[in-house]
Amino acid sequence: MSPLLEVDDLRVHFETEDGLVKAVDGVSFSVEKGKVLGIVGESGSGKSVSMLTVMGLSRSRNARISGAARFDGQDLIQASAEDLRDLRGNDVAMIFQDPLSSLHPFYKVGRQLVEAIQAHKYVNKSEAKERAIEFLGMVGIPDPRRRFDNYPHEFSGGMRQRAMIAMALVNEPRLLIADEPTTALDVTVQAQILDLIARLQTELEMAVILITHDLGVVAEVTDHIGVMYAGRIVEHADKRDIFRAPEHPYTWGLLQSIPRLDRPRDEPLVPIPGRPPSLITLPTGCNFHPRCPYVRPRHREVDPRLEPVPEDPAHRVACLLPSETRKRLWQELSAGKAPEEARAEIVEGGLA
Amino acid sequence: MTTYIVRRLLWVIVLLFLVSAITFVIFFALPSADPAQLRAGRQPNPQLVEAIRHKLGLDKSLPVQYYRYMKGLVLHFDFGYSYQNNISVKQQIFDRLPATASLAVGAAVVWLVIGISVGTISAIKRRSLFDRVAMGGALVGISAPVYWLGLLSLYLFANDIGKIKIFPGSGSYVPLSEDPTKWFTSLILPWFVLAASFAAFYARLLRGNLIEVMSEDYIRTARAKGLRERRVVLRHGIRSAITPIVTAAGLDIGILLGGAILTESVFNIPGIGRLAYDSIQQSDLPMIQGTVLLGAFFIVMMNLVVDVAYAFIDPRVRYS
Repeated sequence: MSPLLEVDDLRVHFETEDGLVKAVDGVSFSVEKGKVLGIVGESGSGKSVSMLTVMGLSRSRNARISGAARFDGQDLIQASAEDLRDLRGNDVAMIFQDPLSSLHPFYKVGRQLVEAIQAHKYVNKSEAKERAIEFLGMVGIPDPRRRFDNYPHEFSGGMRQRAMIAMALVNEPRLLIADEPTTALDVTVQAQILDLIARLQTELEMAVILITHDLGVVAEVTDHIGVMYAGRIVEHADKRDIFRAPEHPYTWGLLQSIPRLDRPRDEPLVPIPGRPPSLITLPTGCNFHPRCPYVRPRHREVDPRLEPVPEDPAHRVACLLPSETRKRLWQELSAGKAPEEARAEIVEGGLA
Repeated sequence: MTTYIVRRLLWVIVLLFLVSAITFVIFFALPSADPAQLRAGRQPNPQLVEAIRHKLGLDKSLPVQYYRYMKGLVLHFDFGYSYQNNISVKQQIFDRLPATASLAVGAAVVWLVIGISVGTISAIKRRSLFDRVAMGGALVGISAPVYWLGLLSLYLFANDIGKIKIFPGSGSYVPLSEDPTKWFTSLILPWFVLAASFAAFYARLLRGNLIEVMSEDYIRTARAKGLRERRVVLRHGIRSAITPIVTAAGLDIGILLGGAILTESVFNIPGIGRLAYDSIQQSDLPMIQGTVLLGAFFIVMMNLVVDVAYAFIDPRVRYS
């Protein structure tokens, strides 16, 4: 079965006065029908730009876009603006980080849903209104008929994101792209929104791409996870493998920097040293090498490709360390060793 | 909302009261010609001047003069009579107001249409040739003095002295009630001349605002919904970007309703601006008071209108 969305070597570069910003620099991934893909990475790793490009929302005069993004066989990178507009909000919908600024402050919430319906369906106002109310109810907004006439500022943060979700789903898209949908919300509301997305995903049998910087969020609801760093996917695997047998040092860093309930409480969190690289002057060789505790001289020259690990073709990683070394490093790290200790023992022990 | 408006209206009265007092004080504090002397003609004898002084009440003390004026105003809505020709100030203002209103409102229509459309296109096609030419032109429009622009337009287009004789020139104003067609053609040049700098300013204002609004999250949402770009700009972008335009338009129209002195002078339009100017020349206090109060009234009322309009534009605005 061919995937619903297949992104192949997507590059999005922006020409700016300071130089060429390589926001997305060769990203490939795919989402199957009815599956949930999590894309994880720091701010500026290119997560959002990739998705906006798929939606055709990053086309600007200074953007240089190449590669392919096939949705149901149609290449969205080559598609005309009109074809993309027809697709947006209809087959592919998107929700955003901050639901308050993402809803128009001057229009009633219900009216914004009606507008979304009428952008794609020839229905009259009262039919559209009924459908909008139905969807507001479906996302758990109490008394949707009355709430239909409220303005966004009269909603709470969680309710606004529910309304955004209702607006995105109102034309029953096959793919929902959720760009940090819970980042701006309280923790308790975050869980509710994730549950809601998971429930609707199953009910409506749609595929979901969940963009986040929070591994805890993707752990809940995804099937596959792609880890992005500096405009590329550095590891892509089944969710279970990302948490159980991660292969990339950056993924290890992400996992070690979040608190876990199954670990001793006094175990310190290990931050990833350094800062994300400038997207104008990317490091030579492996993009992650300036921050990687296990770097070898060769890694500063050779650019790693995203390749399957020997025993699992579905688990792909872009790392120059030998597979055997990576396995042993992760064993040591998950046993509680600090990165420097693991490095001293394994990398400098001559195995690399 | 109603309580808010009522409260604001009470403040309008207080404010106008203050304005009249200040105008009165300024008139007597600053050196100006003696109205009685002016009225008496070229070679007046002292008795005549004294008689006029008495007739106009100028021989009374200042507080008494002010009290008399205010008494007439408050009790009878009587603005007094001209020191120079005994014409009722109220009558004179009502006679002159249609010309000024025609000029101000017509110019506002011109500058809003031009300003909003040019500003929108410039914002959407930022850095295009259109944008550059329009914004360069706007700079000229803002910088050009109204009287220069007025004289230039007469020199070029007036049907008496112009190079291309297409529009009626200076002094051709005809009231709307007399001949609508002539009224319209006679005001075409004044409208455009008066509107030029406003249109330029509004175009720049809207362009800046719209560029900012178009990078808002809710615009991205509108596009993500699959709306046509036209609808995104008109319904979602301009709706937000227009708010400061409403403020500016309200205040500018308010100011112009109190008289557009320069434009009225260049085109010889008998409006409030000319009336105010002439009455200052003639030390005609009742007429000055009348025009000043009228101007102040329009400005504060348009302020109120703008504030109330805000509540309709932005549902987040609430007055109590």
